[in-house]
Amino acid sequence: MERILDVNDLHVSFDTFAGEVKAVRGVNFHLNKGETLAIVGESGSGKSVTSKAVMRLIPDPPGRIKQGEIKFGDRDLSKLSEKEMQKIRGSEISMIFQDPMTSLNPTMTVGKQIMEGLIKHQNMNKSEAKERAIELLKLVGIPDAEGRVTQYPHQFSGGMRQRVVIAIALACNPRVLIADEPTTALDVTIQAQILELLKDLQEKMGTSIIFITHDLGVVANIADRVAVMYAGKIVETGTVDEIFYNPQHPYTWGLLGSMPSLEATEEDLIAIPGSPPDLLDPPKGDAFAPRNPYAMKIDTEMEPPLFKVSDTHYAATWLLHEKAPKVEPPAAIKKRLRGMAPDEPIIATKDGERNV
Amino acid sequence: MGRYIGGRVVSMVITFLIIASLTFFLMKLLPGTPFNNQEKLSDAQIVQLNEKYGLNDPVAVQYFTYMTNLFKGDLGVSFQQDGRQVSTIIGERIGPSAYLGFQSLVVGTILGLVLGIVAALRHNSIWDYGTMVVAVLGISIPSFVIAGLMQYWFGVKWQLLPVAYWDGFAYTIMPTIAIASIVVATIARFMRTEMLEVLGQDYIVTAKAKGLSSTAVVIRHTIRNASIPIITIMGPLVVGLMTGTLVIERIFVIPGLGEKFVNSILTNDFPIIMGTTLFFSFLFILVILLVDILYGIVDPRIRLAGGKE
Repeated sequence: MERILDVNDLHVSFDTFAGEVKAVRGVNFHLNKGETLAIVGESGSGKSVTSKAVMRLIPDPPGRIKQGEIKFGDRDLSKLSEKEMQKIRGSEISMIFQDPMTSLNPTMTVGKQIMEGLIKHQNMNKSEAKERAIELLKLVGIPDAEGRVTQYPHQFSGGMRQRVVIAIALACNPRVLIADEPTTALDVTIQAQILELLKDLQEKMGTSIIFITHDLGVVANIADRVAVMYAGKIVETGTVDEIFYNPQHPYTWGLLGSMPSLEATEEDLIAIPGSPPDLLDPPKGDAFAPRNPYAMKIDTEMEPPLFKVSDTHYAATWLLHEKAPKVEPPAAIKKRLRGMAPDEPIIATKDGERNV
Repeated sequence: MGRYIGGRVVSMVITFLIIASLTFFLMKLLPGTPFNNQEKLSDAQIVQLNEKYGLNDPVAVQYFTYMTNLFKGDLGVSFQQDGRQVSTIIGERIGPSAYLGFQSLVVGTILGLVLGIVAALRHNSIWDYGTMVVAVLGISIPSFVIAGLMQYWFGVKWQLLPVAYWDGFAYTIMPTIAIASIVVATIARFMRTEMLEVLGQDYIVTAKAKGLSSTAVVIRHTIRNASIPIITIMGPLVVGLMTGTLVIERIFVIPGLGEKFVNSILTNDFPIIMGTTLFFSFLFILVILLVDILYGIVDPRIRLAGGKE
């Protein structure tokens, strides 16, 4: 499979008055052509920072890419100049943001906002760009595109705005689309529609997608592969099936256990105790150890490497070490795993049903 | 939009009438009468003058007469200048005031915007701090102090600019700086805050993510949106500028409307007080209406909310 993006040992830090906040601490992942990679984690795990680093949209100062490389084709995005990056942004790598209510300029018509990128990257003149903007609005399912193109964002509903944001991102047929929690701010029925749209467009255009989310239900619906992030590192990565049916890292267990479902009774819902570590001063050893009921002595002393589970499945936990005691996931999670039959997605988008 | 403006005009007229009435009664509370501080008038002449201008009538009658005349467009005649028409006097004096006010507004706004934009784009740099120091000084030092200091240094010490009077462009420089200082300071501070606010908005990241150059992001997405709130403060600012000219004209001995206004209060020249007050009020109300209309033009959200009929 062709690798389109290859991130190696990425470190991103923010210099604050209190000191250096190490938001991303050595992240490795790759993105294959045409696939969807979901990056999952709780708030502050560094998933958004990772995606912004790929786009080189981290405000500098205070943020900076400390080390690592972001290979895109034969270029290393972390080393490119701002001018060269501007040529890539919007044309080869695009981004969709979380809140469609604020990610569109309120004083510019949606048509103009779509046209900007086309004029910049594809040397279109105004009338060509406008025609293409109308095509794009149709493509993302906005009715009466000819009339809508001259309207302002406040004349659109939240879901329609997110469609406009997607149209802007896809305007120049990018090879990679980074979707940073694109459905979080939408209500559930609209979420399902937007996910369906993204899948549909991916099929039509062959775009590779990095999908940032904290919603495992969304992951099951859209992703091919999953990377679970915790405290600025990827702790487990694998195909969707591997992560959902054979999770290895206690943090992944925690995430799955804290996901509500329609079948689960109250006792089955397990919150992960404690809160994420302070990345101003990351703990020695495994960052998840203080919250991990299965933590061993070594967890507080040495960081676990990524242990191979299968060719596509890796997890960074000492529990996978040959000398570690055999630990089974908690009963509630095992029950949950049994409940997820492969043919039964936890979201069914067609009829807008979803476990809340 | 038409209905919106229509409604606004009606409320403008009501505002104007309230101002006219309040000013009239306040003016009647001024100590002294128009004629008893004139050394050369005999008692008989004063009585005669009071009778002639209806000053012996009850205040209510005087008010009624004044308002009736006002509706006919008659502002009355000056008590101190041989009965000349108030409108003629305002017409003679408006030139220098309008010139000075306009020049200060244009210079002050442009300079303020530029400083605010530079400060925001170079946030937390020497440019930012420098601009904000200038802005704080401009707001906190009254214009008449700036005027006095300039007269001393530029006028008397270094003899670079004429100290006072009104005779060509060189004479306008110091009064303009004195009046514009507050405009520059206010707009620079406001623009800086607004720019920083807009630069932190999600749609700026969207614009960057499209691959636009930073210049395009600043010009197309930031400055336009940041300047919308500036339009709202332009109303009060223009008002402040007009009252500022009253003092400045006096300091620089400029034969403008402000100078006349101050003099008319000192000499109890009632019709002039009324005339100039009403003239200023009219301008204020007009400016505020223009600002609101302009606001609707620049911000599509307001335009549509007001324009739906």
